[in-house]
Amino acid sequence: METIDTSFFTEERAGSFNTVGTSTERADARGHVTGRTQFYEDVSFPNTLHLKMVRSTKHHALIKKLDVAPAMKVPGVVRVLTWKDVPNNWYTILKLIGVGPDDEPVLAEDRVRFIGEQICAVLAETPQAAAEGAKRVKVVYEELPPVFDVEEAMTSKPFTNHGSNYYIYEGHNCRRIRFGDVETAFKQADHILECRYNSAPIEHAPTETTGCVVKPEGNGRYTIYSNTQALYFTLDNTALILGVQFNKLRMIGGTVGGGFGGKVDVIVEPIATLGAMLTNRPVKYAYSRAEEMQVSSPRAAERFYIKDGIMKDGRIFARKITLYVDAGAYCRHSTYGTTKAAAHMPGPYTIPNVHVDAYCVYTNRTPSSAMRGFGVTIADFALESQMDQIARLLKMDPIEFRLKNAYRDGDMKAHRKEVEGAALVEVLQAAAKQSGQKLSSEFLAMSSYGWGSANGKA
Amino acid sequence: MAKLKGRGVAAVNYPTGMNLGGDPSQALIHATTTGSFVVTLSSVDLGQGLKTVIAQIAAETLGIPYDSVMIDTADTDTGPHCMGTFASRGTHRIGNAVIMAAREAREVMLNVAATELEVDAADLVTDGKGRIHVNGAPDKGIGVLDVALAAHFKHGNTISGRGIFLKPKSTPVPETGEMDPDSCQAHACTIAEVEVDDETGVVRVLKLTNGYEVGRAMNPALAHQQIVGGAWMGISHALYETTEPYYPDRAHGPLDFSEYLMPGPADLAEMESVIIERPASNGPYGAKGIGEMTANSPIPAIANAIFDACGVRVTSLPITPEKVLRGLDALQAVNPV
Repeated sequence: METIDTSFFTEERAGSFNTVGTSTERADARGHVTGRTQFYEDVSFPNTLHLKMVRSTKHHALIKKLDVAPAMKVPGVVRVLTWKDVPNNWYTILKLIGVGPDDEPVLAEDRVRFIGEQICAVLAETPQAAAEGAKRVKVVYEELPPVFDVEEAMTSKPFTNHGSNYYIYEGHNCRRIRFGDVETAFKQADHILECRYNSAPIEHAPTETTGCVVKPEGNGRYTIYSNTQALYFTLDNTALILGVQFNKLRMIGGTVGGGFGGKVDVIVEPIATLGAMLTNRPVKYAYSRAEEMQVSSPRAAERFYIKDGIMKDGRIFARKITLYVDAGAYCRHSTYGTTKAAAHMPGPYTIPNVHVDAYCVYTNRTPSSAMRGFGVTIADFALESQMDQIARLLKMDPIEFRLKNAYRDGDMKAHRKEVEGAALVEVLQAAAKQSGQKLSSEFLAMSSYGWGSANGKA
Repeated sequence: MAKLKGRGVAAVNYPTGMNLGGDPSQALIHATTTGSFVVTLSSVDLGQGLKTVIAQIAAETLGIPYDSVMIDTADTDTGPHCMGTFASRGTHRIGNAVIMAAREAREVMLNVAATELEVDAADLVTDGKGRIHVNGAPDKGIGVLDVALAAHFKHGNTISGRGIFLKPKSTPVPETGEMDPDSCQAHACTIAEVEVDDETGVVRVLKLTNGYEVGRAMNPALAHQQIVGGAWMGISHALYETTEPYYPDRAHGPLDFSEYLMPGPADLAEMESVIIERPASNGPYGAKGIGEMTANSPIPAIANAIFDACGVRVTSLPITPEKVLRGLDALQAVNPV
């Protein structure tokens, strides 16, 4: 296990505690390793119906005809839900905190915008009958041209219902950070280094796939057993979509077999609850592994263009970043993630001139959403690869180069929040020490307490 | 044909919490008749150990043993509101709410104890082992069990408390991006050592040396779990995973774990990590969120180590053997051997 190096911030971390700071055994550890922990799927009720979703097989298409009658002929199929059954079919997850517009249908209406989009839900006595029914639903498409590239999407014909293939942030086509004057600074810089970085989407890959079981209680209320990461997010959005009083719904959860951000969207609960309401029977909707891999929101693919102006002495003088976040077909949490990315720039360094344009762009692929390190993980790959390139250009040690630019208490970040509680200097020093690298006295003496101050190791 | 070794560095910060519309969580605490305490929440444990850390925080603030605390979560009929478990917010938000609730309950507990002992409540301390006594006089004391019994059956007091933590809404200024989105920053530095096979393009991560600054390691074993799990995820992101191998081409998406590549147990690098603590002024006992951050610094450190090993700068994730080989081919085209 890791040691805690108490030679850093000794005075600040002083204190005596009874239980804080001790390695108490995890409360659920024994239940997990002996298979006794109850997850949502361990709850089952008689007469449960199984939900299988009919999904788009096209990237972008008009639905010319939807015929559910063949599914109803499958023995065991009880009902097929279409968008006409959903009281408020258009929603967006963050509407309760004032984010709009409602850009996503619970079930597709006249068109689909990505492969895997929900079209109609088959409810049946068994999972097998539900799957067979889903196979027999007939969808006639008229294909439309899809767009997959974020930069092409910026100028291509909008396919969204809100008139642009990018999110509009208070009148701007991107989230902006403006700090200092990068263009003037580039003219004064000794070196310019520009590079493009990008990533492909990633799946959360939890052990437990997304799902829920919804049970009508016979008193007008419905209990939703779910593995959501956010009970109230799910409850509130489900009630809004279904047009029911919030207190008709009760969420039970709290134990999740891996989240990583993949269970923050509200996808399975509204439609399963609708099924329970319309049939007055318990309904289970659980993603298959294939659905978890290709239909549940991945981490967004991102594309970065970074241009840095650097001085001979090793200081970064200006940093300009253009970021395209591939939101996929619908917004979900991507507008928030894009703002989070913008606030993270230009990394944990004090740079006097910073310019960020962060675009949240729609394409015809599975909507991306939250994932561990939302807005930051891929940014760190880009920023820290760039830092390595600059250190090599200047022939500086990569740790010493970072120390030279590290943010410290009292510095101003590009989003105009003053730095406090900084510790980048110290993690660099600690990692160097741990790896056996000797830093020169100039770098050993640095601290996060400020530029002129003495060593913070008091 | 050679196996080329390289070393790469990366350093990162990570925000605790991220607020657009106000970011609250609540906690309720009450004592049972026999001196156990129930913390009622609607918060979710994703396997990271939230229920454990929250019980530790409640026990610390109440001044009672850890095993006297029960966590009751997550049922929206009984649990007060929680935004959810994401954005490295759980320990920070819910921990702060629990401290507030525990302080209120502790005050009632000490007042009842003071009445029973016929002393001033301000003179009382808890020993963390189930007793309350006059400061400096361990014999002049009473068990928490007896205090709870007296509160219920003699005085008609509820030993209970309510807590909430709210990071207020911060709306970014559209022109400049000025905003106050988070509560504090955790920090990490990774030094990666890799081996690149110049015949196959396969990269092996040999070792990760890490420094993490986490505010306060509330439970070092759980911090260890995050660090190792995060490093594994970082290796996986850097070298293996994607749902769209030919992005932005949408084809060939994997459908199961035989097609979606991830490192196995044998691919996990040797790890040597050190934790340092700079308590956050607004964190519960100084804690910052580290859950997400631990996956981040390994990724660029590995990319930089690959360049150090073989001179190939791969600027797109994941760094597959194909990309490494194409990079080596391009180098050879410029500088034929």
